[in-house]
Amino acid sequence: MFDFSAQLKQRFAALQSDAQFFSVRYVRRTGQRLCVRKNVAEPPSLSSDEGAMLTARVKGVEAYAATHDISQAGLQTALNQAVAMARRLAPHALLDLSDHAVSTARAEYLSPHFSDAFPPLSDCIGLLMAESNSVPQDERLVSWQASLGLEMVEQIYLNSAGAEIRQAQRFVYPGMSVTAYDGQDSQTRTLGGDNFGQQGGIEVLSHCGLIGAATVVADQALQLILAPNTPTGPRDLLLLPDQMTLQIHESIGHPLELDRILGDERNYAGTSFVKASDFGTLQYGSSLLNVTFDPEIPEQLASYAHDDDGTPASKQFLIRNGLLQRPLGGALSQYRSGLDGVANSRACNWNRPPIDRMANLNIEPGDQSMDSLIGNIENGILMSNNRSWSIDDARNKFQFGCEWGQLIKNGELKGVVKNPNYRAISAQFWKSLSAVGDASTFKVLGTPNCGKGEPNQVVRVGHASPACVFTHVDVFGGDA
Amino acid sequence: MSHQQQFEALVAVLKATISPTEHFTLAYDAEASDFIRFNHGQVRQAGQVQQAIATFKLIEDGRHANLELTLSGDTQTDTQRLNEALQQLRDTLPSLSKDPYLLPNLQAWQSNNVQNVALPDSGHVVEHISELSQGLDLVGFYAAGPLYRGFASSWGALGWHQANSFNFDWSLFHENGQAVKANYAGHDWNTEAFVQRFEQAREQLEFLGRPLHALAPGQYRAYLAPAALDEVIGMLCWGGFSAQALASKRSPLQRLYDGNTQFSPLVSVDEKVSGSLSPAFSREGYPRKDLPLIVNGQAGERLVDSSSAAEYDLPANGADYGEWPSALNIAGGSLELDQVLEKLGTGLYISNLWYLNFSDRAAARLTGMTRFATFWVENGKIVAPVSTMRFDDSAYSLLGSALEDLTRERELILQSSTYSQRQTGSIELPGALINRLTLTL
Repeated sequence: MFDFSAQLKQRFAALQSDAQFFSVRYVRRTGQRLCVRKNVAEPPSLSSDEGAMLTARVKGVEAYAATHDISQAGLQTALNQAVAMARRLAPHALLDLSDHAVSTARAEYLSPHFSDAFPPLSDCIGLLMAESNSVPQDERLVSWQASLGLEMVEQIYLNSAGAEIRQAQRFVYPGMSVTAYDGQDSQTRTLGGDNFGQQGGIEVLSHCGLIGAATVVADQALQLILAPNTPTGPRDLLLLPDQMTLQIHESIGHPLELDRILGDERNYAGTSFVKASDFGTLQYGSSLLNVTFDPEIPEQLASYAHDDDGTPASKQFLIRNGLLQRPLGGALSQYRSGLDGVANSRACNWNRPPIDRMANLNIEPGDQSMDSLIGNIENGILMSNNRSWSIDDARNKFQFGCEWGQLIKNGELKGVVKNPNYRAISAQFWKSLSAVGDASTFKVLGTPNCGKGEPNQVVRVGHASPACVFTHVDVFGGDA
Repeated sequence: MSHQQQFEALVAVLKATISPTEHFTLAYDAEASDFIRFNHGQVRQAGQVQQAIATFKLIEDGRHANLELTLSGDTQTDTQRLNEALQQLRDTLPSLSKDPYLLPNLQAWQSNNVQNVALPDSGHVVEHISELSQGLDLVGFYAAGPLYRGFASSWGALGWHQANSFNFDWSLFHENGQAVKANYAGHDWNTEAFVQRFEQAREQLEFLGRPLHALAPGQYRAYLAPAALDEVIGMLCWGGFSAQALASKRSPLQRLYDGNTQFSPLVSVDEKVSGSLSPAFSREGYPRKDLPLIVNGQAGERLVDSSSAAEYDLPANGADYGEWPSALNIAGGSLELDQVLEKLGTGLYISNLWYLNFSDRAAARLTGMTRFATFWVENGKIVAPVSTMRFDDSAYSLLGSALEDLTRERELILQSSTYSQRQTGSIELPGALINRLTLTL
């Protein structure tokens, strides 16, 4: 761990520059992706990546240069390039960062169980093969796979103000999916995959429930292929945590990103229906809605002690009792806007610069058991596991689809329905939140696939949530 | 040492190191990029990225594994990294079963394509953009620099692709929040062409100042400009043409390929690699072929990578892992551009769509949003910009029963995506006149 740390410090100390401030962010990533599809192991995909981003500030203007050459000469060349670019573009710069404070933090952060060995590749393939082989023989089951992604990331941040922040993290992504086909329609049921990932070790597979899941997942795919379409019309909507993650992500997370509100993302990821003046005044949801930026749940995907600009991270309420409190904005966006934010300046790798990103964005548990949530619904539907997401560029009008639906009548779960979709408007939807599940319904989930930024970046984000009920939502099915 | 020389040096190292029973493939992706983003007509964030990645596959006795490795650019360091990667793969293979779907290309093909047209200095480009955007709220992104792609195998295949390119993707915002999107991309920067493109966007911006026209959900006539149609086609590429997705019954074009339905006879879609901007070889080492994917509305070829070729007994046709098209070419129709508004009559002129996904994948039913310069047209004249609306409709309607015509003139759209690295994909396509688009929210 941190094998390159001493050398990097030595090389950083030897860098020559007349920049007012400069930093290096070194990242080393190793990984493996395994998949067994229909009882045949696909070839393993391994990876080994390292590089560094040098950032320089010259007369208040910052620029970066990222390089795969981490030798002394390579780092010096990159620093010189960053300085030259900052000078060259200074007449056209949007921001004067002369007075923007920089990090002086010195800290280290490790994922839980980071030092525990992960089972060898052959054992992992064996485990996936066993799950794949457990999918029942049924000619309607046309495709299935079990997968496991593993990524180890070490990052070292040093700057000319004396900061030194090291973090080493391990991310684990188990998943399983089964597709059933009846000659006309196909339905897929998944466990984990893009909807699940955690920091840690082999225990993450248990958290996901992968071991022994094959028969249940396959059975649910078969139930879906036999199920009627979701009926059309307004009804109460019970979302399980594996759909709440997407709901939080798209219609709370993205609209609260401060760089979007400041206009940076208008050409690509979009803007926001939230204005800078809304913080402290906008009633975002019902009084049951409590949303936190929480980097302190150890196994959650985006838990860390400092963000990629070196700002210390701590739990903050973004929405309390439904009232909007603060945005998802890192130190730079806070400097630009004058608003309080959080430590969420993040980069996907050494070759992309930090920008405002979601990290762990969670809904705090309420006081209702699952039985109580269902029992209080007269005419409703339960939806689980996202499979489709679409929302406008201001993050307001959305339509989401799930894999699994179950009707609720007079407080009881009824039959399974396929192709469950719903659509609403963010600014109104959260006000229809009528019940929040307690800690027994709370799950720590997340996704490795949040895209944003120019140049484009995909980062991992964590979302933890209880099950939640929304009243009178426009629900509909598919054509099949 | 040039990138090509570095790559060939690594290939030589591998050839000299592997044992007689081992084989390898080595793919190479490198770039040197200037990335400059703009907000409010000024530079918000700027930098440079130098990177080189080798994807190394080791094969022995029917077993194989891949290792993606970042290179440093220094031959000695990279030789050491490659040798360590070789050892890691050698340690891995014995724990694997033989792969029944392993089907490497054993041909010793050669390919070399080098395009060295000089790019403008990025500083000058920024100055020019700043001049043009005086008084305008411009937000956008300029990416430029050389791209390098290589492939080699122990069977003697050797491919090299090198091209300089730029891509400026930008939006002009009206003070009311409405915006027009534009793009200028290619290999050979032409100031006159860029200024012309910029002025077109500026002219469209003037229409956006009119009061917004609010639409109720319902069905409307619509014209999808090429950038909007590109989004629809992009969704169908999510496994649509993939041999594995079709065999797994997960393709959104399953019913088309099963012969249960068809598009309008106006619709013909080719994967046309020849003459495109992407490499002539796949990362698996197969030459990429031109393929008719949809012919007069009927299913044609499918995209087949080597694994699918072995699993489904199909000929490999140069698709990469994932079997996505990357050089689509869609036939035009008979609608002249200057007649679009007249033929539309009363309805929606949609410049761009955004954030599409499936409402029902098996039925190819899509949903998405209007974004950037969507106008309400009455009697062939633009009346007002339209507030953001959601559509939800089947591709078999949009490109089938509801498709009236396609424009004769087509637009070449170069992919501006920069996830992990700058992409080389492209699509050439017309606009589409549709007599029934369903808006839902």
